[in-house]
Formats: sequence, C-alpha cells, structure tokens
Amino acid sequence: MPELSSRTYPVARADLVAYAAASGDPNPIHQDPEIARSVGLPDVIAHGMFTLALAARYVDEELGEPGRIAELGAKFTRPVVVPEEGTSVEISGEWRDERTIALTVTCAGEKVLGNPVAVLRA
Amino acid sequence: MVDSSLAGRSFPPTSPFGVTADHVAAFAAASGTPYQPGDPAPATYPIVVAFTAMQELMVDPTVGIKLHNVVHGQQKFVHERPVRVGDRLVAELTVTSLRQVAGTDIIATSSRITDEAGELVCVADATLVHKES
Repeated sequence: MPELSSRTYPVARADLVAYAAASGDPNPIHQDPEIARSVGLPDVIAHGMFTLALAARYVDEELGEPGRIAELGAKFTRPVVVPEEGTSVEISGEWRDERTIALTVTCAGEKVLGNPVAVLRA
Repeated sequence: MVDSSLAGRSFPPTSPFGVTADHVAAFAAASGTPYQPGDPAPATYPIVVAFTAMQELMVDPTVGIKLHNVVHGQQKFVHERPVRVGDRLVAELTVTSLRQVAGTDIIATSSRITDEAGELVCVADATLVHKES
C-alpha cells in the first residue's frame, strides 16, 4: 500500500461551469452569484458531486492508475464556496485496511465531506 | 411535503445514454482528473445517468418536489465494473426510504445502472433533502 500524500486542488468558477455542462446539472447556484445569494448562500458553491469527483481524482492520482475504485461515497456536509478569485480543496487519505481509503476533504480549513471513503477493487 | 406513498416507488428506466470518448474526456477534465483515451471513466461518471433519473423524479408532478428546495445530501457509488466508452447505460430509480422531519423530506434513492445487455454496471445511491419553502 503506497503512502498517501496530501494534495491541494484549486477550484475556479470556470471549473464549475465546465462541470455543469459535462454532468448535466444546470442548477444556477453553482454558476450565478446573484442567484446563489438570493437563496441565502454566501456566494456560488461547487456541486457536491464536483467535490466528490475531486476525491475520486485524488485516489486515481495517488494510486497512479484509474479504474481502481469499486465504491465511493460521502455526505455533503458543508458547501465549497467559490468566490470570484476561486478557492482550493485539500484532500488527504489514510489506509483503513488494504482496500479501504478514508479521505479527509477540506476547504478553508473546514471539512466539506462527511465520512468520504473509497473502497478499491480486490 | 411530498406524499408519504413515495417510499418504495420505482420510476421507469431512463432512455439509453451512449458513453462517448469526448464526453468522458470532458467530464474528467472538468475536475482535472487525468484521463487518456481507453481509460475507464472516472468513478463518479455514472452520476450523469443517475442524475437524469433523479431529474425525472424531481419534475414528476405527482411527486410534488419543488426543484429549488432540493439539495444533494449524500451520494454513494458501488461499481460492478468501470464505465467504458461505447456503453449504453440506463438508470432505474427506486425511492428506498422517505423520512419527514420538521418540514423536510429526506428522500433516499437507489438507481441501478445497467448496460445494453441488462448487466449491472453500478448502483448509485443518492439522498435528496427537500425543504418546505
């Protein structure tokens, strides 16, 4: 089992626009600051699924090969707020057993995913 | 609040979705995920078809969800195999449970994603949190 590092991923609003188009989720709270504020959010927020996609990216990059993830799940506990200048998400992992990686996913020092776990193929 | 009879309800399968190399590449690129042609799709890629199934639940007038009051609470993927370019995927969504607490509907869904042969590719479980406006 390789030692797992900590990685920082910058998040820009343009990434959310690209993710919205590719995933088919047009919800404007992920793109339009005025609409986000109108529903009580501080600013545009990332799709929860965008953040979970970063968690999958982290596992792929740490393992150096795609397609190893058999299970991946998390609770979306706190929004990733993306101001005009962008933000970043920090991800680290810890082996729970030889197939299971417990992840820690934070933004601005706060955990944004609850119990994010990836289980690898045997 | 949605009607409590929603629990246990299954929705018709989505239209088959053809997985193309360009679409997988665009999905991977949006999160900066390394992707080379021929690679399996990223682990969260099945959300594309699961999301279509969830949209059909959310816009169904007999369900009574107000789209702007829904947030994604939880997501889990259990893959039978990775998605590959050329797959034609269909999602069938079932509402596995409904909890109604203080003006909030907590709707647990499970979407079975199958290929053109009817073989299971992935189960995508999503919890949708619907607040009364």
